[in-house]
Amino acid sequence: MKNLKILIALVVFVSFISCNNKRTPQLQYMPDMYESIPYDTDAEKGLNNKPVNRPPVAGTIPRGGFPAYDIPDTPEGYERARIEVTNPIEASEKNLEKGKQLYTIYCTSCHGEKGDGNGALVQNGKFEGIPNYKDRDINAGTIYHVIMHGKNLMGSHSSQLTYTERWQIIHYVEQLRADLLK
Amino acid sequence: MKSVALHSKRTLILLKSFTIILFFAFSLSSYSQEVDEARQQEGKKLYKSLCASCHKLDKKLVGPALGGVEARREREWLLKWIRNNAELRASGDRDAIAIFEEYNGSAMSAFPQLTDQNIDDILYYTTVGDPKPKVDPAAAEVVATGGGSSTAPSWLIYILAAAIVVAFLMIASLLKQVNELKGNTTPETKSNLKRDVQELWEGVKQNTFLKVMTTIFLLLMGAYVGFGTLFKVGVDQGYSPLQPIAFSHKIHAGDNKIDCQYCHSSAKHSKHSGIPSVNVCMNCHKNIAEVAEGTVVEWDGVTYGKAELDKEIAKIYTAAGWDPEALEYTGNTKPIKWIRIHNLPDFAYFNHSQHVTVGGLECQNCHGPVEEMDEMYQFSPLTMGWCINCHRETKVDLKGTEYYDKIHKELAKKYNVGQVTVAQLGGLECGKCHY
Repeated sequence: MKNLKILIALVVFVSFISCNNKRTPQLQYMPDMYESIPYDTDAEKGLNNKPVNRPPVAGTIPRGGFPAYDIPDTPEGYERARIEVTNPIEASEKNLEKGKQLYTIYCTSCHGEKGDGNGALVQNGKFEGIPNYKDRDINAGTIYHVIMHGKNLMGSHSSQLTYTERWQIIHYVEQLRADLLK
Repeated sequence: MKSVALHSKRTLILLKSFTIILFFAFSLSSYSQEVDEARQQEGKKLYKSLCASCHKLDKKLVGPALGGVEARREREWLLKWIRNNAELRASGDRDAIAIFEEYNGSAMSAFPQLTDQNIDDILYYTTVGDPKPKVDPAAAEVVATGGGSSTAPSWLIYILAAAIVVAFLMIASLLKQVNELKGNTTPETKSNLKRDVQELWEGVKQNTFLKVMTTIFLLLMGAYVGFGTLFKVGVDQGYSPLQPIAFSHKIHAGDNKIDCQYCHSSAKHSKHSGIPSVNVCMNCHKNIAEVAEGTVVEWDGVTYGKAELDKEIAKIYTAAGWDPEALEYTGNTKPIKWIRIHNLPDFAYFNHSQHVTVGGLECQNCHGPVEEMDEMYQFSPLTMGWCINCHRETKVDLKGTEYYDKIHKELAKKYNVGQVTVAQLGGLECGKCHY
């Protein structure tokens, strides 16, 4: 009878470990050093039980960062950007190369590889009416304004790109536009 | 001869009635109105390329809904407005100024390049709408049965299992009856069985060889099971928690070919690849409130269709505080509580930018075929052995590191290889990841 109990125990044990539930994480052995004492990024509760990821105080400039873009998202602001905002970095080969790389990640889905408004999302009908760059009267300032604030259906892409990256993309977009206008 | 005539007459009647039915079907489907398909197509093409980024036919988008706009405005006014609405407003047209004010002064682009014919075609399209897909009833039926058969297997399995259980029960009861008929009563069979087992057990106990073999087998089994269990401790390969939104990487990264870094934009600069904030979702979903017809996602063993998936998109709107009817943010936001899958223990340092930007690795190297996953899961074990293995095998592309040329050459000479690996550059040193 004792043997039978051991057998049952073994069967139960095996079935426990072989039944691996993918919805729950695995057992951890002494997880003292697994969990950080400082707050984790994206953690739900940080200081004063508020989420860790919170918007910075208005007007914050990160180290090595640049002053916030303060031209408002209005038709007048758009025209102001056209005159006031210029590209601070040069259109070097390196910047264009980097711009192309970034353009491929962040823009091609809609604007297409050539900037003709024929990206993958347009081709499969998810987005419609993406303009061809050559049909729009744009310059570096207005492109920057649109990346920061979005325009019509396009949302703001400022959170996905850094200051320098935006300008690298703009160099590449201007090159694409020049090619399209030829 | 007569019969033939009769036959042909019958056919004629049949044909006639058939054409009448067809005619009715067609005229019903096109609202009893002849549609000039060429103009419709031309208008649609222009509309899709020029207007659709701000206007929908049936709904407000950036600008007002355009379906049936011809009935609301005069043609002359529309022509002027579309060509150059700023000029029309400047001329003091009250309607033009009113609509401009209604949409908070967002100016519509001017389209001076359009001819009268172009604009008429566009307006014609806004009135007649999209061409109605001609639904072939036979094809629809095939689709329906096709859908049924795809769900059939799980049903079948349950039914078969039930049938097998029932069959077993029947056989058992039959055997019992046979035994009873033979004159064996139940208690006796039980004691028979017990006696047999006991005899077997005595035999085994006396057989040393069997004893030894059994012990070895049990020990091996125990070791296998024990080690198997211990090796799984803290290794979450295959972990796939149920996320709060039925988000499918297959649709986004696979079908729509959106780059991983579009959403996980911090991977290129930072330690973390990051979960995109809701504003990134809204970059597209401000426009896309409904999935395309026929989109399916396998979610928690259930196939989600359009009805379910549209509700999932609505969850983003709740999170972002977006009112899809009024098309504006209410400011009433609610964070989405995604559940983290890939999580290294805190004593191991890992940096995404080092691997993505410097090493130029594809995300799939570690995360597996994400573009095929409806439900995201952890593809790699993320154990130390797994890290080290890759560092030992990966040869480093030393292009663009001229400053270190000398030391790289010396290292290659030292290890007698053409191209050094990550490990040979110091990628195995404890302090690189544990400090």
